[in-house]
This record gives sequence, C-alpha cells and structure tokens, in this order.
Amino acid sequence: MTQALELEVRNLHFFYNGDNHALRDISLPIQDRKVTALIGPSGCGKTTLLRCFNRMHDLYPRHRYEGEIIFEGRNILSDAEDLIKLRSRIGMVFQKPTPFPMSIAENIAYGLRLKGLRSKSELVDRIERALKQAALWDEVRGKLNNSAYDLSGGQQQRLVIARALAVEPDILLFDEPTSALDPISTAKIEELIASLKQYVTIIIVTHNMQQAARVSDMTGFMYLGELVEFGTTEKIFTTPEKKQTDDYITGRFG
Amino acid sequence: MTHEQNRKIQNYAALSLSGLAALFGLFWLVFILGDVLVHGIGALRMDLFFKDGVPAGMTGGGLRHAFVGQLMVTLAATLIGVPVGVLGGTFLAEYARGRTFARVISVLADIMVSVPSIVIGAFVYAIMVRPLHHFSGWAGAVALAMIMIPVVLRTTEDMLSLVPWTIREAAFALGAPYYKVIIQVVYRGAATGILTGILLSIARVAGETAPLLFTSFNNTFFSTNMNGPMASLTVTIFQYAMGPYDDWHRQAWAASFVITLFILGLTVTGRALLKWRYKK
Repeated sequence: MTQALELEVRNLHFFYNGDNHALRDISLPIQDRKVTALIGPSGCGKTTLLRCFNRMHDLYPRHRYEGEIIFEGRNILSDAEDLIKLRSRIGMVFQKPTPFPMSIAENIAYGLRLKGLRSKSELVDRIERALKQAALWDEVRGKLNNSAYDLSGGQQQRLVIARALAVEPDILLFDEPTSALDPISTAKIEELIASLKQYVTIIIVTHNMQQAARVSDMTGFMYLGELVEFGTTEKIFTTPEKKQTDDYITGRFG
Repeated sequence: MTHEQNRKIQNYAALSLSGLAALFGLFWLVFILGDVLVHGIGALRMDLFFKDGVPAGMTGGGLRHAFVGQLMVTLAATLIGVPVGVLGGTFLAEYARGRTFARVISVLADIMVSVPSIVIGAFVYAIMVRPLHHFSGWAGAVALAMIMIPVVLRTTEDMLSLVPWTIREAAFALGAPYYKVIIQVVYRGAATGILTGILLSIARVAGETAPLLFTSFNNTFFSTNMNGPMASLTVTIFQYAMGPYDDWHRQAWAASFVITLFILGLTVTGRALLKWRYKK
C-alpha cells in the first residue's frame, strides 16, 4: 500500500550550541492525514525533532541543521525558507496551554489576522468553525469575549488547538499536549486528536505510551538522538523488531 | 534559664525593637502628611488655581502660572521619557534578552535611579541651558525625562520578563514576526504593569525641585512658552516658603497640599492597578 507523504525527513542531524549532537541521522516518512507519534525516554530528542518541523530552533542562537526535511518538494531546512509562511502551514501546540492575554475570540482571530484576514463576518465564521472543530464551541459559545484565562486548563488547551486549526495548517505538531492536564481533559484532547485527522496531518510527541497506542497510526521510537524503530503503531506495540523498543514499551527501561 | 525561655526573650526583644523602629518612622510620616494637610486645607482658596501671582509683598493672587508651568513641564517630560523608557526596556527584555550588555545597561539604569536629581539638573544646565544662554521649560522637561527614563525602562523590562516565554513561542508558531509578537501579545500581557511603572515615574518627577532650579528655573508671570523660563509648583513652593511674606507662606502650604495629594493619587492608582493585575 502506498500512502501520500506529507513530509519526509532525510538523514537529519541537529546540533545545539554548535557541537551538542542532539539528533543523529534521522530518516522518517510522515504520511498525509495520519497521526504519527514519537515516543522515547526523556532526552531522547523527540521534542528536538518536533521543533525542527516548524524551525522553532531558529529562535535561539548557535543551532545547526544537517540533512533535509522535504515538504511540498522543497527542503524546509534551507536558509531561503520563509519561516513566517512555514509556521502558518505547520502549527504547534505546546505542553502547557499558551492562551494569549486576550479574549477567547481574539485568541483565535490572532492567527487569522496575521494571515491578513480583515472581514469581520468571515472572522466570526472562522472562529466558530475552529471552536467547533476543537470541540470547545458548546462550552464557550456565550462568552467569546471573556478572557481566555477564565477557562480551565483543558479548555485552554483546546482553545490553543482551535487557534492553531483556524489558520488551516497542513500539519499540526503536538508537544506532549496532555502532560499538564487531568485524565478527563486528557481523554477529550485524545478524542479530538483522533477526529482532527480528517483535516490535518498530526505529529505528536508523548511520554505516555498508552496515549501513543490510542491515538496514533504510525509510531517512531527514539533513543539517544536516534530513531531506533519506525512502523505502524500496531506493529511497534505488538511485534517490535528491535529489542530496545520491546524493552521500552514493556516498561523494562525508560 | 532554659534554652526555650532564652529564645522567647530574644524573640520579644527583636519584636519590640523592630516595632519601635516602625513606630518612629510612622510618626514622622504622619506628622509630615498631617502638617501639610492641616496647614494646606486651611490655606486653600479657589484663587490659588485661577489667579496668577501678584507682585511680591501684595496679598492675594494665586499660583495658576505655577500649576500650568508644572503641568506643561511634566507632560513634556512624560512625552519624552515614556517612549524612550518603554522602547529601551523592550529592547533589553526582548531583543537583547540574556546578553551581557543588556545586564550592564540594567545595572546602570538602577544606578541612574538613585543618582541625586540635582546632578541631573546640573547636567542638563551644562548641555542645554548654557549653550542656549537661557533657562527654558524644555530644559526642565529634559531633566525630568532623564529621571523618568531609568524608572520606566526598568519597570518595562521587568514586566516584559514576567510574560512567560512559552506565550511568545506560541505566537511565533502561528507565524508571527517578532515585532507583532511584542506589540500584540507581550505588551498586552504586561500592559497594566508598564502603565503602573509610568504612573509611578510621573509621581516621582512631579515632586522634583532640584533638577528644575537649573533648567526651567522660575517665572513669576503666566507663561506657556516652553522656550523661556517657566514656573513650577515645586520651585515656587521653595521660593515662597523661603520668602518673608505671610501670604506667600500660606500659598506655599496650599501648593504643598495640592502636589502631595496629586502624587498620592498617582501612587495609589498605580498600586491599585498592580494589585488588580495580579488578582486576575
């Protein structure tokens, strides 16, 4: 079976501070409209890899990429890449909810305005659509002008997801999106991630192996900056090829 | 004596000493404010706000010229000092975050805050008044602005640093360029804090006399010409309080009362804003 590729990582190396070799020769296909999970123990480089996809590392000095990440036929790691455009196509949701200090509606309008959307009625439509996609609409419909800080942590995280969805990205990156949430909010976010597959390609970093098993189609296991094994989630969690992967998912280390 | 008793006695001793020190400080504070209040309210006339000064020795008149001068100089100082302070603080907290030279500038600004204001007055005298051969409202405004800038700069820097870095990353991740992240997201998060800093810095300069003596000097007549010497409440209080006439003394008390109330109002507003911000 051949699957449409959204992204392709080819022989990627990444260095912090010039010589700290954080990612080693990673090659990995990311399939269109699937959920790809990256798992592995702390410090294995999964978040570092995630932050390569939207070039977040470029906010900090003395980083270096080697290799390629191919998106729409070009290498997005090249110096010529327009990061502002790239980031509007590849959105990101962080560990802790990051609502902006403004109202619920303004939070979502923010990304849309960045993209140049001015029409009031279209903004209203897009805000509603994004909140519905993020399964938050029913909880906030009457209070769109309230501060986003009035929401609970789980609601804030869904608001942030709605904000990222509103700009209609091709890919959404999730960096341990539920690690700061309670089990009920976590369940809601997981359901949401599963339902978002119809709109976007998802890459999720998680510490929680059950979560990876529940929400993802493909799973990559990383260890010490290397991608040890990559395959369908079913295969990784039932019949992994490498002993290291087996040890990790059965809880023998990590 | 047991060890516990000993500790108790030491505790009472420390408590009594610090309590006494606090009372001593409070006594003078209440004394000063009370004195200004008692003398000031008694001396307050509507003429104070609506009439200009009369020739020395004559009774009556008011301080309209000084109120207007004070307002103009303070306003001009705010217009010069606030943008420089806010932008400088933004540079330190955002663009130069974590760099050594940003830390050096922060420390220098902290030192500037405690430089005696008369030194700043003398400095502005040297760079503005002497080359132009006359005192001016502008020179006074520049001197006050120089006192405001480090205060506003440091508050802005501190308030911006309080906005969590992850919020900025989230805005970058949506494809925002840095200047939009700062203006649309970070400033909104820090707005009340920065506004408080601005109010407190205005309160700080509104009561300054020394830097104005060398710069805007004084004027016994009503003037709105910022290029010439200008009256200010503080310098007028100084002059009237030192003068030989009872009516001058009365007006000095009244002016002291008004300016104290003004600064108190600004400070209380600033504090209240800050409290409101952290309650959210």
